[in-house]
This record gives sequence, structure tokens and C-alpha cells, in this order.
Amino acid sequence: MTNIKSIKAEGGLTEEAHPSFFKATLAIIQKDLSAEFRSFELISAMLVFSLLVIIIFNFALELDVKVRQSVTSGVLWTTFAFAGTLGLNRSMSVEKDRGCMDGLLLAPVDRSVIYFGKAISNLIFMLVVEAVVLPVYSLLYNVNLFRLDLIGVILLGSIGYAAVGTLLSTMSAQTRTREVLLPILLFPVVMPVLLASVKASNGLLTGAEFSEVLTPLNLLIVYDVIFIAIAFMVFDHVVEE
Amino acid sequence: MIEVKKLVKRFGLKTILRGLDFSVQPGEFVALLGPNGAGKTTFLRILATLSRPSIGLVQVAGYKLPDQAAQVRAKLGVVSHMPLLYPDLTAEENLRFYGRMYGIGNMEERITEVLGMVGLENRRKDLVRTFSRGMQQRLAIGRAVIHDPQVMLFDEPYTGLDQDASEMLDDVLRTVAAEGRTVVMTSHDLARAEDLATRFDILSRGVIAASTTQKQLKDTNLLSFYKQALADS
Amino acid sequence: MQPRPLVLKILDFASVIVLAVATYLALVFAPTEAVMGQVQRVFYFHIGTAWVGLLGFIIAALAGILYLVTKDARWDRFEVAAVEVSTLFFFITIVLGAIWARPAWNTWWTWDPRLTTAAITELIYIAYFMLRQGIEDPERRARFGAVYTLLGGISAPITFMVIRLFRTIHPVVVGSQSAAAQGGFSMTSDMKTAFFFALFAFTVIFIDMMWHRIRLGNLEDKVEQLKLKVSM
Repeated sequence: MTNIKSIKAEGGLTEEAHPSFFKATLAIIQKDLSAEFRSFELISAMLVFSLLVIIIFNFALELDVKVRQSVTSGVLWTTFAFAGTLGLNRSMSVEKDRGCMDGLLLAPVDRSVIYFGKAISNLIFMLVVEAVVLPVYSLLYNVNLFRLDLIGVILLGSIGYAAVGTLLSTMSAQTRTREVLLPILLFPVVMPVLLASVKASNGLLTGAEFSEVLTPLNLLIVYDVIFIAIAFMVFDHVVEE
Repeated sequence: MIEVKKLVKRFGLKTILRGLDFSVQPGEFVALLGPNGAGKTTFLRILATLSRPSIGLVQVAGYKLPDQAAQVRAKLGVVSHMPLLYPDLTAEENLRFYGRMYGIGNMEERITEVLGMVGLENRRKDLVRTFSRGMQQRLAIGRAVIHDPQVMLFDEPYTGLDQDASEMLDDVLRTVAAEGRTVVMTSHDLARAEDLATRFDILSRGVIAASTTQKQLKDTNLLSFYKQALADS
Repeated sequence: MQPRPLVLKILDFASVIVLAVATYLALVFAPTEAVMGQVQRVFYFHIGTAWVGLLGFIIAALAGILYLVTKDARWDRFEVAAVEVSTLFFFITIVLGAIWARPAWNTWWTWDPRLTTAAITELIYIAYFMLRQGIEDPERRARFGAVYTLLGGISAPITFMVIRLFRTIHPVVVGSQSAAAQGGFSMTSDMKTAFFFALFAFTVIFIDMMWHRIRLGNLEDKVEQLKLKVSM
């Protein structure tokens, strides 16, 4: 067995005492991405689930060519919403299961670093899944989804979803019912994101007037800004004891 | 180093800590003993800034809790019975993550140094998922000391450890004490505590019921002192 | 157990009276509406309960914020009372809405923005109760409840604004495009009397129910304290 001589830092520690907000947030994101890109458990689960949902929709709605145009946005966003809960739950349970949340809370950083770190990680996972689902859907249904404006709407919607989802998954992880509670808490509150994204996406895909796209888009941006701000302010209350 | 006056902690209508007084000088090694449910873990969590006091004064390393919690955390190293490690990351990556969260400057050197200390240099690039409980606890100790903390808190650290790992933990605790760090450790293992600590506080019914030191224990042993303290409280 | 304070007793009595009067005004006093007939009378209560539901909703969000700022348990009890009362009244609103819709437009549900938002708000409330149910620690329960009412409080109005954009997705209204078919009509002065009195009556009932519910919350707390004393 090793005979430990000293725990002191030999070269003296060039410690910054408090890491910068940015660096600490980055550390959390790097940690989450490193862990995920090793096993791909989270993303593969979300992907497979998404594809299954699309297949189910195909038969449930009997998506003939005429119907397809008008329901594409709805099908896509429903898929993202459901797959998203898988990702959110898994991301938070990694912290909860091994008490790692305590590890995060012990760091000499602002609590909101934890929020932003996890939220951005969750966002990245969602975007990766969406980046695969979009081309697949395009191929399956011969719909061109490779448009910058559509991708923009999907990005804004995903930001809102991840922002609120991260906050709520932190809460639901601390209840008795855990993962089961997340969709119940999330969907009613994230409704504006889903509805506005669908409305805006739909407008883009059906070539509607710009004003029809602009209004829901504005509401989406307003939602994103307000809820990121709220989450930032209340996160302390959600993790403290 | 640690100053606690009339600490009360309530969870809703249940009062766990009832006006606890506690004081630790720099360099002391205090073993916090007591029956289950006495509030040891609750108390340690408050010292670790993971929980807020309901009422009372708590000061660690000169900083007041809960207001100056962030400053306290920089000087604190915590080892609990859960390893606080990410299974899908390597030993190295775990340490690097925590190093970043504590703002360590010379990262790579420090990681190598710490891995050497806990005897895991050759498992550096292995996933923590593949580690035994003993190895995980060793790495957890590495995680706890990576930022050279002045104060260390150990919550039931021997839980689930095999003989080898327990001996290593003994080593760590002795070294930590020898280097003048302040240590508070909760434990059910009276024999080990008697071996390592300089002071023994018995927590019962939410207050420190009794306190004694190594010197004072010369004639009796810790076990009888402990039983007596519980009977009296 | 303290008996009801005098003011509350008077309020209880007054609530019954104003409810009776409002009923009379709605069912007898107000004239029958030209196009929709007798069923239109549901409108007076429908709007009244919706108004109270909305009041409770806003109060709950404010109480949540106040709890987070002050950590005073009284705001938590206030918030729970507001959510419960609002849940009840929005439910009645939805039921009355269905009762109105069926004879008027031959459908039980219209995807009208107000009604749909009320339904989504009900789902927020159900989630709220499930959240609280799953937490042991009273302080954490209060904190999480407050955060959730805040989230719900801001998201529901935005939901309403977004739903309004979906104007013609569900053309459920069967019949002519006239104002009556859309649910609009102009009110005579007698109708206005019935309408405003109904709003007043329901506000009185709201205050009465809130008061009772808060008292109940206080009593529940006392019981918990006594239970603890006994068990020790």
C-alpha cells in the first residue's frame, strides 16, 4: 500500500481561488460532453425514441402527401418534446444518483454556473438529436427541411425548452416520483415554446406571409429571454437545503 | 477554525439540531460520534455549506455561513460515503473537472501529484466505472484534496471499504492531521476514531452531549465514555 | 380550535345571500337573449367563475414570489389556498363553457383561446399538486411550489397570446358567422346589472373561500406540531 507522505501541493498551488464564471460553466459542459461521447447512451436513446415516434406518427396520421405539408411542424416538435424529456431526465439523474450534485454544490462558484452548464449541455444534446432527425425526416417524406430560417426557429425553440427543462428536471429529481414527474411539470409550462415554434415553422414551410411567422417568433424570443432570466434568479432556491 | 454557537436546524416542524455549540482550533482532529439520527450528517452538511442553518452562528475559516459560503468552499475538502465521481469519466478526467471547478492553476502537475498520493497513477486513464469501492474512495479523497484545503470534513468515510482501502484511508487521515489541517470526522467505528483523532465529541439529541480528548481518556477507553455519555443525555 | 371570527361568520352569510341574488338576477331578472335563448344565462356565472379563477391565479403567483423573498410560511399557505380555489373555479368555468357551447354550437368544446388557456392552467395546477405531493420536507415543498407558480404564472399568459395566433385551425363553430355564433352579443342595461353583480358575488365568495382555506391550512400546521410533540 502506498505510504502517503504528504497531501500538500508540492509546487505550491497557483490557485485562482475562485474560477471564473465562464471557465467553470465550460468545465461542466466539457464534463457532460466527454462522458456522453464516450458511451452515447443518452443521445442514442433520444435518437431511437425520436425515430420510433416518427414511425408511429406515420401510421397514426396516415401521412399522405397532401396532409404531410401541414403537419410536419407538429410531428417534428412533438417528437422533440418527448425525446427531450428523456435527455433531461438522464442528464440530471447522472448527478443525482451518485450524489455528484453535492460535488457541484461544493465548488466555490455561483450556483447559476451549475444551471448554465447543465442547460447548455442539455441544449447541445437536443441539437445533436435534431440534427439527425431533420435529415431523416426529409428523406422519409421528401420535404426540404434544410433551410436556415427553419433551423433558426428550431434553435430558438430548443433554447426555451432546455432552459425551462433544466430547471424543472433539477426540481423533479428531488421528489419521490422523480423522472415521472418531469413531463407533467414541463409540458404545461413549455406550451408557448411548442405552440409558437410549430406556428412559426409551419409558416415557413407553407410559405406564408412573413408577418405570420414574425409574431410567433417574437413571442418565442420573449419567452426565451424571460425564462432564462427567471431560471437564473430562482435556481439557488431550487438547489439549496 | 470552526466556530458554532447555538446552531438550530429545523426541517419543517422537526428540529434536528437544538442549539449546538462547537468549536475547533486549527489543526485539531475531532471525531464526531453519536447514534443514528442524532444529527451528525445534518451538522456536517451545514459545515460543508450544503445546508443552511435555521438559526445560529456558524463560522468556518473565518467566514460566516451562509453569507460567505463561496469563500468557505474554497478552503474546504469533503469526503462522504458517496464518492462524488462520474462513472463515465476516467480518473484523470474526474480530477481535471474538479480541478477546473476549484480554479487550480497548474492542472496537469497537480493531477499527477494527487494520483500518486492515492496510489492510482496506473489507473489514470481508466473509467471510474471499472473501479472497486476502495479505489473509488481513494480517488474521492484525491478529489477532496486537489485544491489543498485547510479544513477537511469526513462523513462516515469508512463505509463499505475493504481492509486495504481502510488502511489507506487511515494513512491519509494521519497525514492530513500531521500537516496541521483541521479535520472533523463522523464515524460509527469507535476503534478507528480512537486511533486517529485527538478529540471526541458525542452528539446526542441535537447537541454535543459530551466531549473528551485523547489525554483525558488515558484511564478509560472511548467505548465506555461513549456509552456513559449516551446514558447521561 | 378557535371559533370563526365574527367577520368571517358575516362573510359566510353574505356569500350565500349574494349567490342567491346573483342567481335570481341571472335566471329571472335578466332578459332572455335574442339569438341563443335561455342557455345564454350560463354566461353570467361562466364569466364570474372565470374572473375568480384568474384572480386566484394572479394571487398565487404573487404569493409565490413573496414566499421566495421572505421565506414566511404564511405566504405559502396563502399560495396553496389561491391555487386550490382557482383550480375549482376554472373547472366550473370549463364545465359551464361546455354547457353553453353544446346547445349554442352543437359541440362540447371549442378551442377558444380563453377556454384552452384555462384548461392548460388546470394542468399546471394539477402538476403543482403532484409536485408538492412528492416532497417530504415542508420547506422544500413551499420553495418548489413557489417557483412553479411563478413559472406557471408567466407562461400561461404567453400561452394565451400564442393560441390566439392559431385562429382558424379548428373551425368548430357550426352556424352563421354572426356575432351570436362567435359568442358575442350586446348587453342591455338589465343584463349589465346581472353581469356586474355576478362578478361582485363571486369575488365575495372567493374571499370567503380563501379565508376558510387559509384557516384550514393554519389548523393543519397546528395538528402537525401537536403530532410531533406527542411522538416525542
